[in-house]
Order: sequence, then structure tokens, then C-alpha cells
Amino acid sequence: MFIDQLFNGLSVGSILLLIAIGLAITFGLMGVINMAHGELMMVGAYTTYVIQQWFTSHMPHSAGLYFVAAIPLSFLAAALLGWGLEKSLIRHLYHRPLDSLLATWGISLILQQTARLIFGAPNVAVVPPSWLDGGIRLFGAVFPYKRLFILCLVLAIVFFLYMYLMKTRAGRRIQAVTMNRSMAACLGIATQKVDAYSFAIGSGLAGVAGCALTLLGPIGPTIGTYYIVDAFMVVILGGVGKLAGTLLGAFGIGLISTFVEYSTSATIAKVIVFVLIIAFLQWKPSGLLSVRTRSLD
Amino acid sequence: MFQMNRGKGVRMKPAFMWKLWLLLCVSVFALGGCAASSAVDQAKNENQNDSSSAGKEGDVVKVGILHSLSGTMAISEVSLRDAELMAIEEINASGGLLGKKIEPVVEDGASDWPTFAEKAKKLLQKDQVAAIFGGWTSASRKAMLPVVEQNNGLLWYPVQYEGMESSPNIFYTGATTNQQIVPAVSWLLKNRGKTFFLLGSDYVFPRTANKIIKAQLKAEGGQVVGEEYTPLGHTDYSTIISKIKQVKPAVVFNTLNGDSNVAFFKQLKDAGITPKDVTVMSVSIAEEEIRGIGPDVLAGHLAVWNYFQTTDTPENKAFVQKYKEKYGQDRVTDDPIEAAYTAVHLWAEAVKKAGSFDVDQVKKAAAGLEYKAPEGTVKIDGETQHLWKTVRIGEIQADGQFKELWNSGQPVKPDPYLKSYPWGKGLSE
Amino acid sequence: MVNKRWGYWLFFAALFLAPFYLTEFRLSLLGKFLCFAIVAVGISLIWGYTGILSLGHGVYFGLGAYCMAMYLKLEASRGHLPDFMEWSGVRELPWFWKPFAHPMVAIAAAIALPTLLAALLSYLTFKNRIQGVYFSLLSQAVVVVFVTLFIGKQEWTGGTNGLTNFSTVFGFSLSSPLTQIVLYWLTAAVLALIFVMTRRLTTGQLGKVLIAIRDAENRVRFLGFNPTVYKVFVYSLSAAFAGVAGALFVLQVGLISPEMMGIIPSIEMVLWAAVGGRHSLMGAIIGAIVMNTAKSFLSENYPDLWLLLLGALFVVVVLFVPKGLAGIYESLAAVRIKEKRGHEREARVDVS
Repeated sequence: MFIDQLFNGLSVGSILLLIAIGLAITFGLMGVINMAHGELMMVGAYTTYVIQQWFTSHMPHSAGLYFVAAIPLSFLAAALLGWGLEKSLIRHLYHRPLDSLLATWGISLILQQTARLIFGAPNVAVVPPSWLDGGIRLFGAVFPYKRLFILCLVLAIVFFLYMYLMKTRAGRRIQAVTMNRSMAACLGIATQKVDAYSFAIGSGLAGVAGCALTLLGPIGPTIGTYYIVDAFMVVILGGVGKLAGTLLGAFGIGLISTFVEYSTSATIAKVIVFVLIIAFLQWKPSGLLSVRTRSLD
Repeated sequence: MFQMNRGKGVRMKPAFMWKLWLLLCVSVFALGGCAASSAVDQAKNENQNDSSSAGKEGDVVKVGILHSLSGTMAISEVSLRDAELMAIEEINASGGLLGKKIEPVVEDGASDWPTFAEKAKKLLQKDQVAAIFGGWTSASRKAMLPVVEQNNGLLWYPVQYEGMESSPNIFYTGATTNQQIVPAVSWLLKNRGKTFFLLGSDYVFPRTANKIIKAQLKAEGGQVVGEEYTPLGHTDYSTIISKIKQVKPAVVFNTLNGDSNVAFFKQLKDAGITPKDVTVMSVSIAEEEIRGIGPDVLAGHLAVWNYFQTTDTPENKAFVQKYKEKYGQDRVTDDPIEAAYTAVHLWAEAVKKAGSFDVDQVKKAAAGLEYKAPEGTVKIDGETQHLWKTVRIGEIQADGQFKELWNSGQPVKPDPYLKSYPWGKGLSE
Repeated sequence: MVNKRWGYWLFFAALFLAPFYLTEFRLSLLGKFLCFAIVAVGISLIWGYTGILSLGHGVYFGLGAYCMAMYLKLEASRGHLPDFMEWSGVRELPWFWKPFAHPMVAIAAAIALPTLLAALLSYLTFKNRIQGVYFSLLSQAVVVVFVTLFIGKQEWTGGTNGLTNFSTVFGFSLSSPLTQIVLYWLTAAVLALIFVMTRRLTTGQLGKVLIAIRDAENRVRFLGFNPTVYKVFVYSLSAAFAGVAGALFVLQVGLISPEMMGIIPSIEMVLWAAVGGRHSLMGAIIGAIVMNTAKSFLSENYPDLWLLLLGALFVVVVLFVPKGLAGIYESLAAVRIKEKRGHEREARVDVS
């Protein structure tokens, strides 16, 4: 039972990490409060749905492969939308974070309603690919392939993101801009361009999260609202500006909430986890890990 | 940076006055406009009332349709509106009611309970509707209840619910607990096993339903091996599934709501639990929900209702065909949709019998009224204003439809307070 | 100053006279909107003046509303257990319900509980110098906690159904038109009182400090002020306003449920102030009334478009009119002044 719960905790943690990783870029690195993050996930989920529909009608023999195509396409769809958002809206609000919160909330309403108009209010069903059905039996516990898949997916994303930010020119530019915008600009970095593609990457990762979550959960116009608060809590708890913090935060919350839920109930677990987060932040306002800085404000 | 220039406004005396005058004019104008328009509406309504007593031909009678067309509940409630509009169309096509055409006034409850109360008030006071068809959640019904009672309106509520209520101004056309949950538990005890795991969303219906189930199991020799509630919108069921695996119940009695069902069933299947290992009996999953969850993960699990799209009556064949023709071949019908459709027809029958749209006379006429609904014959119970309904247990098939495993054979008398059950005594005290 | 006062007098006079020119239905809507306007004044005070964006005001509103509703429910139950407790298996009235049988306790609690909660939360948070968006998100987490608790503890709170079906207040029937009019007047009076009080506060010394905190908190600190004290004070004050508004809301609408204190209503409250003009108290009041009128009208007639419009409104207000309606009037007025001055100058030239 302990192994079961440990795995469940890791799995919940990986899902939290998946939904928070995009936010760790847009909010953590860029400081944009993107309340439409959940709706970008929804875009990814609906992209997966559309692709599945296309596969079942055009290539019914290899319909199970739709998922392979869905991951990159969900990324692209959400990233394009995010890029458009950054260009048209968010770039005007970098110095007004509270306002960006409200504006992106407005965007989230628009996206939700648009989805409702296109796909209808009821949920749509995505049939998970058959090669992800079932699970491994180990030590008397079942590890479903889908949860393992999500765990691997998120670890791969973290790895590539880390490599990207640390080892590539483009990634280093993002780091430079987030650390000191004016200095980066002086050194010849096109900061506006960097902003646009960082935001697009963050949004794209939300799309991937949406795609992966079709394996486990519902797909409907309002799914974004289920995850958005959790995602922000993970990033804040982990410490803004640190990917490793987000990682720790996600798995921490995942493990604590599953173990608390096991010994109490889901409702109590939710309350306890949120109270713990609020209390923890009183003690360490900058989260688990944080960028050390001497600047005020 | 300091921006202490806010005080500047204080010095703009003339400007500020001008602005305020403008504001004031606008607001007074707006309020006045509202008042005027509502006065006009009222005058119109009064005219209508006058003429209704005169019984002029070619006139209209208004009815209210009040469902959530936006917000989280729109998923379920939009179809009910469609069914009700279809029923109204049918009645109008066959000559209307007492020589009048029915004019539906559609309002949006917006998944927000005060909005339901507000709109119900508007329908009754401003539009002076003869009846309201509406609601889905218990919360929305509870919000409308005082409004219809105070204004002596008539509400037709079409969804199965937790019972323990019987308002003189509401007709309940969905099942109460003894027409859905109680017979399902008895059937499960007889056919599937004695150990029950109760799983529900954390709100009123599951908690009340589970309280009833616990009392019934205690009396009929079953055993509760687990009881779990998850917050609305909960999407991770791994821990709960672990608990289910640990206690190995014969039956999971599922009162989860909406999207949580999707997550639960998908994750249940992934955990390697099949309908052979454990029977999941659901009370909130109908054909419409199956489409959103995906029949692949649901096939083999059970649900209990009073109506399935596959229910074999001539009325149902016509109903399903008409509904699909009107709203699209991919649409499905289900229990609440049928109950909403039936509600409109029942009201129409009661009006015809009463020869009047007056609420008290319609209520009096409705008692004992029988109607051949798509689900079979239903009868209005005059005392509780619920319906006599046939109970049906169905197994979900791979095509998203139900195969009926059992039905009660004849309509079951509604008993919202479970007074006729010896173990039900302690519940409603 | 005198002229401005006249404008306010007229506005409130129009509100007070509303029962004479509005139908019963419209009046009940306006009464509800005035409750929201009270909340909006509080939001404007903390957001527009002090720069604290709270996404948790739904909780304070809800707490106030629940306190009042508990009293109403007990009065409606006439000495019996409230109906929802019976079918939730509660046999005896819980201890914390008992004091609410007295209306004065209920009213006091409706103000005190939100204030205390806000004071606690804001003291801890502001003392630890958690600012800006972090505070906003934390306040949102508080909303999640409270909504989950209120839904989960069905036997004490009525669960998702909330508390409803009240009959009387102080022995007067809640459904009688006269009671409703009196309650409307009470709401309008409270709004006027709160408006005057907040105006006094913000135009005085305190208002200047608040604006200074909004614009540069650290500099205020260096000048020897303790911003935490000021922030805790205004935040608690605005929570108290929300609590009062909640209590008045329940009296008029006759219903409170956890959904009304959730994340979305909390954000909507901020929107009222944003549309009306966050820096202007009168703007916030107008914003609350206009937005809710629009919501009531549009969601009635165009339910599909309503959310699109609401979303677009957020974006447009933030991007193009960050000062809201009040800002529009101010700039219009400024143009007029300029024109006028221009004319005067021309006239002078002509004379000379």
C-alpha cells in the first residue's frame, strides 16, 4: 500500500509539475500573471481531440498513433496562441503585473466561451491510445502506463528545458533578459523578441500539459479552471524564477496531498495542503528556492 | 516613484461638477428607463391578463424556461431547454392550449443560484408566466423555492434529486430517492454482493443519498466498507482507487458529479479494475454524460434511471426520432431530457383538464393525472406532487447506450421522505 | 468642493427616491447592486488607493452573509433544527450556531469575523513583506480553502445549497414589499455612510500615506512610516465593508451559498472597481451598478455573447481605460476645461 501511495504521490506531483512548468516560465521567469494558462491547456486538449477525430476518419488503421502527432501539435497550437497574446496584449502590461492578471483573466473567459461555441458546452471524449492501456505489476501494485508516461514526459520536458535554458544561445538570452533587462538590451539582445518566444514556449508547454491530461481527465471548456490555482501555488511555493524550485514544489505537494488524502479525505486534504502552503509562505515568503537579489521592489 | 498628483482632481471644480451631472443624468436616465420599460411591460401583462379572462383567440400564454445556458452547468442544462422548447412547439402545432399559443420566455440561470432566484422572480412578476420549467442542481431549486412559494408560481423541476422536499408550488418530474437509489441498492444486494463503497462529490445530493443508502444497507444486511467525498471538479482519483483496491468492495455506489466522473472512470480502468472485479453503479451518468466520458471506459458499468434512450415504448420511438431530427442526429436523449419534455406535456394536460391557467386550479387538476410519456405511463401523485415512475437499471454498452437489465415492472409511488420504509423513519425526523 | 458635494447629494437622493419610481422587481435588483457597490468601495480603497489587489473579497462577503443567514435560518426554523441539519444527521444545534439566534450577535459577527480574518491574513502577509501579485494569489488560495470547507461541512453550512428559505427578520416578513423597501433604504444609507467615511479617510492625511505606499512602499518605510500598519488597517476595513455588504445581500436576496464566495465572484468584484475606476470611490460605486445592470440585461438576452463581452471588457479596460469610467469623465472634463480656457484667452485677446 505504501508503494502504491508513493507512486500515486509521484504521479500527482508529475501532473502538477506538468501544468506548472509552462507557468514557471511565463510567471516564474517573465513575471506575467497569466490567468489564461489553464485555457492554453484547454487549447492543447482540444487540439488533441481534433487530431484524434482526424485520425479516426482519415487513417482508422493507425488511429492509435494520433497521440504521437498530438503532442507536438498541441505545443504548436498553444505556442502560436501564446505568441499572439504576447504580441497583442501582454507586452503592454509587463510593468503592470496586477493588470496583466485581470487582462489574462478576460482572455481566459473569451477562450472558454470560444471553445464552447466551437465544440459545444458538453465534454468531448478523447479515447486514449490503446498502447497506453494497462500497466505494470510490481510488488503487488499496478503502475498504469499512462501515469508512467506522464511521469517520463514531464521529466523529459524538464531535462530539455534545463538544457535549453543553460546550454543554448536562445536559452541564455532568456536568462539574461529575466535577470537584467536593460543590461541585456545594452548587450544587443532583442528583448522584445526574447519575450515573445519565451512566452510562446511557456504557452506551448501548457498545451502539452493539456494534451497529456486527456489521458486521465475530462476535456471540456472549463478544464482550465480546475488546474490554474494549483499551478500558481506550485510555482509560488517552489520559488519564483527557479525551475528546480518548481520541481520540488510539485512533487512536495503531490506527495503530501496523496498521503494526507489517504489518511483523511480528499476535501480535508485539499484544505490542509492549501493551508500548509499559505503558512509556509509566511515563513519563507520567497518559496523553497529563490533567486538571491539585493534589489528592493 | 512618487505620484502624488492625485490631489489634482480636487482643484478641478467645474470639471468635476460637470462630470457628476453627466453621471447623474445617465444613471437617472438609465434607472428611469428601466422603470418605464418595466411599467410598459406590466401594462402589457395586465392587458394580457384582461384578455386571458376574456379568452380571446390567437392570444398567447407565457411560460418561463429557466436553465443555465452559461457556466459550468450549461453542459447538462442546455439539452433540457431544447427538450422543453420542442414540447412547447408540439403543443403549439396541435392547436395550442385553451386556444392560446404558448410563448416560451427563455432565461439564463448562469449556473449561479442567486441568478436563478432573481430570474424566477422576474419571470413571475414581470412576465407573469403561467409556469416555469427549470433548474438542475438542488441548489438552484432551493434558490427558486422561496420565490415560487411567495409569488404562488408553478415550478416544474425535471431532475432526479435527493428527496426530503415537497413544496406546494413545485412539481418534481424526476425521480426521488425511492424511485432510483433505494431500488438500485436492493437490486445490487440481491445480484452483486453485500459490500458497498460509497463515492460521491462533496455536495448535498451525494451526502444525502449516501445517508439513505447507509440506513438501507444496515436494515437489509449490507455493509459499507468505505465512504469518500471529493471536492467538485476533483480530477485525481489515484488515492481513492487505492482505497477501493484495498477494501475490495462488491459495489462502488457512485454519486460523483460531472467532470469528476471522467477522471474517475478513466483512472479506474487504468488501474486495471474492470466491471468484472467491481460493479460501479452510477446515478448521475446518463447517455449525454457517456458521450463526454467515452463509452470505452464505461462499458459494463451500471446506472439506474427511469428512462433510457433505448426504452422500448412507441412514445419513445417518436420522441427520440423527433429530437434527433430537430437538434441533430448526433444528439442523444436521456432521463432528465425526457423528464423535462414530459413536464411540459403534463402541465399542458393539467391546464386542459382545469380549463384555466390559474396556478391553484392547475395544481388541483394535476393530482392523479396520467400521461403516456416516453418512459412509459407516469402519474402525478397529488399529495407530494412527484411522479409515479418506473425504475430501470441498465448496463452501459460500447456504443454509449444502455441495455436494460431490470425494471420495476410498474410505476413506483413517490415517497420523498421515505416514510413507507421502516428504516427510513430516522432520516427525515 | 461645494459643487462636488452637490453632485454626491443628488446621486444619493436619486438612490433614496428609487422606491418611488422603480418597480418592485427592479428595486430588488438595485438593492442587490448597492450591496455590491459597498464591496466595490472597499476594493477601490485597497486597490486604487493602496495598491493591494485582493482576489479574496468573496470570502469576506460570504462570511458576512453567512453570519446574517444563520440568524435568519434560526428564526425561520422557529426553535427547531434548521432543515438541512436534520437530513444531514445533526441532532443538536452546534455550539457556534447558538449565539446567532440573537440578531445583534449576528450583525456584530457579520462585521467582526471578516475583519478579524482579514486582519490576521494581512498582518502575517504584510509583515513578511509579501506584496503585489503574491498577495493576490495567496488571497485566492484563502478563497479555495474557505469554499472547500463550506461545501464540505454540509451539516454545519448547508453545503452547496447554502442557506436559503428564510421567512422573517426581526419578526417582519422578508417577502413583504414594505420590508424590502426598508431594507433597500438601509442598504442605500449604509452605502452613503461608507462612502462618506471612506472619502474622509482618503482625502485626509491617511489617504496620502496610502497612495504613497501604493507608489513606493519602501520609500514610505524609509521616511519612518510603518506601511504594514496602514495596509492591515485598510485591508481589514475593506473586509468589514464586504462583510456588511454580505449581510445586507442576504437580507434582500434571501440566499447565500459557497459559490458566491468563490474565485469567480471574487474576481468579478475587482472588475466592478476596475470598470468604474479604481482610483475613484464614486467610480467604483457606479462601476458596480453599471456592470451588474449590464450583466443582468445581457445574460438575459445574449447568454452566449455575455462571457465573450465580459472577457473583452477586462482586456479593453486594462489596456485602454485603466482609469475606468471615472477616468473617461475626468479626461472629458479636462478637455472641456482646456477648451474653455482657450475660449477665454481668445476672448481676452479680442478685448485687448
